[in-house]
Amino acid sequence: MTKIVVDGIEVDVPPEFTLLQACEQAGAEIPRFCFHERLSIAGNCRMCLVELKGSPKPVASCAWGVRDCRPGPNGEPPQVSTKSPMVRKAREGVMEFLLINHPLDCPICDQGGECDLQDQAMAYGVDSSRFQENKRAVEDKYLGVLVKTSMNRCIQCTRCVRFATEVAGVPELGAIGRGEDMEITTYLEQALTSELQGNVVDLCPVGALTSKPYAFTARPWELAKTQSIDVMDAVGSAIRVDTRGREVMRILPRLNEDVNEEWISDKTRHVVDGLRVQRLDQPYVRENGRLRPASWSEAFRAIAAKIDTTGPGRIGAIAGDLASVEEMFALKELLGGLGSKNLDCRQDGSALDPALGRGTYLFNPTIAGIETAGALLIVGADPRREAAVLNARIRKRWRAGPFPIGLIGPRLDLTYPVQYLGAGPDTLSELAAGTGDFAAILKNAERPMLLLGSGATARSDGAAVAALAAKAAVGLGCVEDGWNGFAVLHTAASRVGGLDIGFVPGQGGLKTAEMIGFGTLDVLVLLGADEVEVAPETFVVYIGTHGDRGAHRADVILPGAAYTEKSGLWVNTEGRVQMGLRAGFPPGDAREDWAILRALSDVLGRRLPWDSLAQLRSMLFKAHPHLQRIDRIEPASADDVHRLASRGGTVGEAAFAPLVTDFYLTNPIARASAVMAECSALAHGAGALRAAE
Amino acid sequence: MAVRRLAPTEKQPKEFAFTAENLDWAKGQIAKYPEGRQASAVIPLLWRAQEQAGGWVPQKAIEHVADVLSMPYIRVLEVATFYTMFNLEPVGKHHVQLCGTTPCVLRGADALKKVCHDKIGHEHHVSPDGTFSWVEVECLGACVNAPMAQINYDYYEDLTPENFAKLLDDLAAGRPVKTGPQIDRQFSAPVGGPITLTGHVGDGQPDAGAPAPAQEPALADADAKRPGEAANVREEGVPKPPVGVGARGRRTTRRE
Repeated sequence: MTKIVVDGIEVDVPPEFTLLQACEQAGAEIPRFCFHERLSIAGNCRMCLVELKGSPKPVASCAWGVRDCRPGPNGEPPQVSTKSPMVRKAREGVMEFLLINHPLDCPICDQGGECDLQDQAMAYGVDSSRFQENKRAVEDKYLGVLVKTSMNRCIQCTRCVRFATEVAGVPELGAIGRGEDMEITTYLEQALTSELQGNVVDLCPVGALTSKPYAFTARPWELAKTQSIDVMDAVGSAIRVDTRGREVMRILPRLNEDVNEEWISDKTRHVVDGLRVQRLDQPYVRENGRLRPASWSEAFRAIAAKIDTTGPGRIGAIAGDLASVEEMFALKELLGGLGSKNLDCRQDGSALDPALGRGTYLFNPTIAGIETAGALLIVGADPRREAAVLNARIRKRWRAGPFPIGLIGPRLDLTYPVQYLGAGPDTLSELAAGTGDFAAILKNAERPMLLLGSGATARSDGAAVAALAAKAAVGLGCVEDGWNGFAVLHTAASRVGGLDIGFVPGQGGLKTAEMIGFGTLDVLVLLGADEVEVAPETFVVYIGTHGDRGAHRADVILPGAAYTEKSGLWVNTEGRVQMGLRAGFPPGDAREDWAILRALSDVLGRRLPWDSLAQLRSMLFKAHPHLQRIDRIEPASADDVHRLASRGGTVGEAAFAPLVTDFYLTNPIARASAVMAECSALAHGAGALRAAE
Repeated sequence: MAVRRLAPTEKQPKEFAFTAENLDWAKGQIAKYPEGRQASAVIPLLWRAQEQAGGWVPQKAIEHVADVLSMPYIRVLEVATFYTMFNLEPVGKHHVQLCGTTPCVLRGADALKKVCHDKIGHEHHVSPDGTFSWVEVECLGACVNAPMAQINYDYYEDLTPENFAKLLDDLAAGRPVKTGPQIDRQFSAPVGGPITLTGHVGDGQPDAGAPAPAQEPALADADAKRPGEAANVREEGVPKPPVGVGARGRRTTRRE
């Protein structure tokens, strides 16, 4: 530790700290544009200048190490001043230079109100300009459908360039030209291909890069902000939902070091327009082959009429990818009351079985734990498309030092180099037997990880593959004292919560694939389950938000609430329990899903024992106590993995196939979104879009 | 300096690849750098690509260099647009880079610019016959013989509108030309021949023009740290009398 005096306050900081970090430790506020904690240091904006005693010039504190400061003549700790007249004058000078070419268009700029330059100009700017010449004019660039550019405003901090290169791993942005003519662009203005590109909008300290879908729709000060949880993937990123009136205007990331740091994927951020369109706002009942609007009581009567004449073994329920724990719990209780054991929350057909213990289906090493891992084997997963933010964490670990990564499954560009081992279970068997170079790498590494994806478990031999993967994990030293490197990556936000409460077939109950088959069931309740194709003849009750596949197939539609319109619990792939909060209300007659199920239970004569969400939650917590520990992970036992490893089974021959084929269109909300459709078309090489502009 | 862009599509060749000879040379350049640092060879490779493509860097050349070095295209584009000696548009057979920095301007570079305009045309444009193109560049470091221009790889110095026009004509006609100073001067020696160090002290024939040789070395090694006058204590500058119209013709620093 090194002592340093900042504005007369002595602080003790590690020598590898920069002056900026030391100053912040001492409580001083340092303005900055180019510096960002999670990116490399550029040191080109010069806004963070401080006075260092003994240095003839002010120094850029972001790029100056504490260990580089000279002590005083008698060995006194170095002295830094952040408030001296020299510092003030230096920063005012820098600000004047920055403002020389920055247009005065704040009134029409989307960044207005949340602009770093605007804020800092209030502190260091002057109200007039001494610059007599013309301002620089820069052509706007095309960067794709999500990022809008207004390049006159660019102050060339290069944060976006560093983000794309370092965090997103797609080195597509660059700064061409030099000096006054420096411009930020992609190569020949090709669209960005990253799933994290929306983050450059947050990073941009000025209004040069703004959100294209959100352009000119709202001002930050007229938005109500609700802290919530994302459900687009199983990562459970922390988000902030900004609403105006009842409409969600935008979604921004929230800092959560354990999960998403401060990034979110483009699907998380830009799915908002999908929340407005294709919504189910009233119940529907199918009559003579056509759906007609109905009242709640009509819809309930239609369901009751059908269920009353159906035996318990012919009723089933499938929970979708976005369902919260509460509504799955309510549906489970309702079906339990009806005597049915046919439930499943694994609509992808995954074979993960909660009976084997929680450790067999969690991302045990935790997302933050990736950074401490020594080697990684990816089995049948595509983290880049299934969990883009988690993929950024793997990339972060890879950048931090030697991190051998092996891949079994389809060949993928994951933004970091991988050692491709093979396509299917036979390669995994070889590894589990301990043969091959990579087995040795994993064995010799400290804290190796095995990442098991849904592409490996959601297949007919999934249980055997999971057991084989667990066997490989145990055999290769992934599960040792104090380290459980068996990591299951889910693709749906609801999955772990559903497995936690046991939303799976009971003794003799039917699985998803059997329930949707022909002639097995008479009544099937789909709780937002849109990825399944239900066979004809089955009476389908669809509780959901969007007029998607499930609603088209349904015989009765009960309109529910989307994730921004209800308070609910979701358990992410790590097993972290998180609560999403309500930012708005569902449209029209739509209701929160737990309330729909409660009302339906009354009509069916099997009244569920709660009248409010609080009562429901207390019942839920009584049954599953770990769910009340919000934002915490109830660690799973490593014995579960050992138990799974000993199960064995026969694996098939087929190669692992990716589960997420189109990152932008994985759920009903995303499929309703025009922005996501555009992204998808662009990602799949529709060059016509570009030409049409 | 202006915003630099790649040449429009219609001027771009359809493809570019190093010749076998150049590729061998490029591999030699790449081998100079340690494993994983191949990108360090980007400037030599771009330069060779520019030579092969006829004095400019086409888009396909940028992509080819990026492929050879396994770099993202944008990284090579950054380098190609940063350095102004990479020409992004086609140039003439003789590419004239006319120095337009202060010493050359003081010695009459503006008149040379007019010659370029008359003989070649607009800056950054290739003459209709493809022989010439010209650009104004910053200091090329030959101020002692200002004004000067670089044509392809050679410097042409001590230019006047007359000898510059003749030089361009000679180049266009394919006649041999003299590189370096275009007047009677050896390299950057004084005009009219050397005026110092013309004789040797020991031969008893003191040089007429040279100052008397010093009695002792001006500064011995031990004197190096001798305290002298502080650098900031300077003689106050005396303002010069205003330059009159009549004085214009006599403003010359040349020793006559």
